[in-house]
Amino acid sequence: MAIVTTSKKACAVNPLKMSQPIGAALAFLGLDKCMPLMHGSQGCTAFGLVLFVRHFRETIPLQTTAMNEVTTIMGGMENMEQAILNIYKRAKPDIIGICSTGLTETKGDDVHGFLRLIRDKHPELAETALVYVPTPDYLGAFQDGWSKAVTAIVETLCVPVPKTAWQVNILPGSHLTVADIEEVREIVESFGLYPIIAPDLSGSLDGHIPETFLPTTLGGAQVAQIKQMGGSAVTIAIGEQMRPAAQALETRTGVPYRLFDRLTGLTQNDAFMAYLSELSGTPVASKYRRQRGQLVDAMLDGHFFFGGKKVAIGAEPDLLWQMGSWLAEMGCEIAAAVTTTLSPLLEKMPAAEVVIGDLEDLENRAAGCDLMITHSHGRQAAQRLGIPFIKMGLPLFDRLGAAHRLSVGYRGTRDLVFEVGNLLIENLPEHHQESWPLPHPEGTPTFYAPEGVKDRMPEERRAQVETHH
Amino acid sequence: MGLALGKPNRTFVGMIAMSVLSRKVETVFNEPACPTNQGKSDKERKKGCGKPLTPGAAAGGCAFDGAKIALQPIVDVAHLVHGPIACEGNSWDNRHAASSGPKLYRTGFTTDIGELDVIYGGEKRLFRAIREIIEKYDPPAVFVYQTCVTALIGDDIEVVCKRAAEKFGKPVIPINAPGFAGSKNLGNKLAGEALLDYVIGTEEPAVTTHYDINIYGEYNLVGELWQVQPLLDALGIRVLANISGNARYREVACAHRARAAMMVCSQALINLARKMEERYGIPWFEGSFYGVSDTSQSLRTIAGLLVQRGAQPDLLDRTEALIEREEARAKARLEPYKARLKGKRVLLFTGGVKSWSVVSALREVGMEIVGTSTKKSTSEDKARIKEIMGGDAHMFDDLPPREMYRMLKEARADIMLSGGRSQFVALKAKTPWLDINQERNHAYAGYEGMVELVKQIDLAIHNPIWEQVRQPAPWEEEC
Repeated sequence: MAIVTTSKKACAVNPLKMSQPIGAALAFLGLDKCMPLMHGSQGCTAFGLVLFVRHFRETIPLQTTAMNEVTTIMGGMENMEQAILNIYKRAKPDIIGICSTGLTETKGDDVHGFLRLIRDKHPELAETALVYVPTPDYLGAFQDGWSKAVTAIVETLCVPVPKTAWQVNILPGSHLTVADIEEVREIVESFGLYPIIAPDLSGSLDGHIPETFLPTTLGGAQVAQIKQMGGSAVTIAIGEQMRPAAQALETRTGVPYRLFDRLTGLTQNDAFMAYLSELSGTPVASKYRRQRGQLVDAMLDGHFFFGGKKVAIGAEPDLLWQMGSWLAEMGCEIAAAVTTTLSPLLEKMPAAEVVIGDLEDLENRAAGCDLMITHSHGRQAAQRLGIPFIKMGLPLFDRLGAAHRLSVGYRGTRDLVFEVGNLLIENLPEHHQESWPLPHPEGTPTFYAPEGVKDRMPEERRAQVETHH
Repeated sequence: MGLALGKPNRTFVGMIAMSVLSRKVETVFNEPACPTNQGKSDKERKKGCGKPLTPGAAAGGCAFDGAKIALQPIVDVAHLVHGPIACEGNSWDNRHAASSGPKLYRTGFTTDIGELDVIYGGEKRLFRAIREIIEKYDPPAVFVYQTCVTALIGDDIEVVCKRAAEKFGKPVIPINAPGFAGSKNLGNKLAGEALLDYVIGTEEPAVTTHYDINIYGEYNLVGELWQVQPLLDALGIRVLANISGNARYREVACAHRARAAMMVCSQALINLARKMEERYGIPWFEGSFYGVSDTSQSLRTIAGLLVQRGAQPDLLDRTEALIEREEARAKARLEPYKARLKGKRVLLFTGGVKSWSVVSALREVGMEIVGTSTKKSTSEDKARIKEIMGGDAHMFDDLPPREMYRMLKEARADIMLSGGRSQFVALKAKTPWLDINQERNHAYAGYEGMVELVKQIDLAIHNPIWEQVRQPAPWEEEC
């Protein structure tokens, strides 16, 4: 149980947090033939674009309404209309995912109203889905934007449809990588279930070689599939941030949901497997039984190196929960936990304190830790403190294969045991002959040491030593 | 809903504050030293030089981005972004401007304003933020960057900076270039204006010489300045202020004592160059350190200007001697690549001037330029391309990624040189590609840089992966 505090500083130093609109934009990037559109100044989009290009090493479709000071004051209706029409003409997307920014929210643009007017005026857009999500930059953080966007997608596109018994919905949180989503899909499919995953970054940002270049996303959850989500047997939400979307889907279509707040760790995956087995009436495949054994063995081999280690983690709430809880289960102490935004999970964290703050807050608390985990921006802090550093989260701009980093399932957890464990092994403390001095009783500054030993002592202690003769 | 009460009022205040900015933008647009601007009618000039952005089909950074790019390389200053988390949180520590000492410029500072600040105003938070930075980091100066939201609600950063400077006895410089004011290029220029208004001329150098120059628009990306600096050192020329790569605040504040100046990076800081001449009589020229002959020409011009302004005339001879030596050395180092690169076809996609500098180096080793983009080029540039490349090069005004992809798939080029934007078009078409824009990891300036560029091209083209990745999968039909 942790006390949740918010940094009281006026100046955030070395931000951990990123803004809501780009979290929302990333959710839209997990939809097929989609063009995410940010309603704001062109810089809002350019920063998001550069960030994602560097993380995924892929072309990122992302557009802007290109607001300037005059259009902001006058209202963004015209820009919105032009942007949608231009995107429609150039890219012919199935869906345009629109998110607002701090600029247009401060002005107070009524985008829902705009979209109604635009729809009335332009019947040619009838086949193009338009999803809008309000995401002011000055509220919440990246994962909130993702969460709100998925909720908006569900609320805009999902309706009750006839049930299909073997179909399940998967709503992955923003902390799941392409590899994580692929793993979840394989596991679910192994039970003979048919998953609809939305958003599905494993379709769009997995680094495939396309036949041709389109201006929209290539791959991901299709609008047609999303419209079928109302016919699924259940919804599986992964990460607490997905609860609102899962609830919205249940409210609209009656599909019940089960939320897994993480899929890293033995117990969590046992629960996941048991749930899928019961749901499908199918036993767990032998492949996963073997993988469970491998994970148990990895934990047995690895636990020596995790026990008592102090870890500092800076991550968005769901990733913090995933890594913090799992490391605590491996015997580590979560000595510093910094996050970006509120979440019901924070006070349940196995740490004394969780700070909603920045990387300076993390750095100040991480001195003396054995391991730091945060995104690439932690590189300066880790270097200054000389702490072993595992890069996780987003952005990872100085790592290849950021999207293919696996940390869910038995297999993902097993590999995490190896990765973290190996780093801890490399940094085991080296002992030297002065590592274990006898206590130094008060009033007797002098103690005895045999001949020869004295010479090997550090300068400052040599003066206090008397030698046997 | 909480916003509804406070909004109209604050937005109105914001409009007044912005009209001051609009005047600044207008003067920046009306740049007499800009040849494009000179060619315009009065009416065209009034419209400004920002290309109108097309909603839904726009690309590129905002004015804030431009201002930050131009100033962040001042390495000992604390760069504080006043705005919501997006502006700094989504973008910090992501460029490769190098420092030989202080690292403070790589620390991300932002007021990270919340909803309550939007309602009640963020000026108090900004003031406290400046205090926190000065107490914790004690930098020689704090630069405060305005952003869209805080401009819209009417936060007056000029006043806050003034108060903070008085209170803390330290320069606190307002950089008024909110994103929605315009493009990245405009932001570059507004950054130059801020230096002119608040920084340059506020301090005096300990000593001055007849060999002091300024460089404008060189950001020391991946340390490129250090490929040029040894040449200047060898000639006894001192860079008094490089604006802004690897600069210290004090150097910029003393920049008005230089004897001559060179402007690189095209038009980014042309207003700064011109006003430095008007105010302080510092003559300048536009030059480039990309390419062998351009580097030589730039050194020659620097030496010429310095001699005109009182340096010993032997500087000219020493410069020629250095050029001869270094050109010969570069040529000898390029020689081994000739056999490997002769006849290789290059697609060159980059904006501004630097590509033409690169072209001559590529031709030097026998490569052919099969196509180039002229999207960002002026008519002068186009004439120059024709002149350098002859008639065989294709000029593309706009090549959509789909077309580019097809062209590369048909193997109509052996390598593409471009910025990060088209990187994946080339790579997915299984074509060698080299980054020659700001995200690059290699330094390409001076003689040293050209050798490096050719080496990197050679490595890219001759990497053994190409043959492997172009093989179809066993289950695919041969095409």
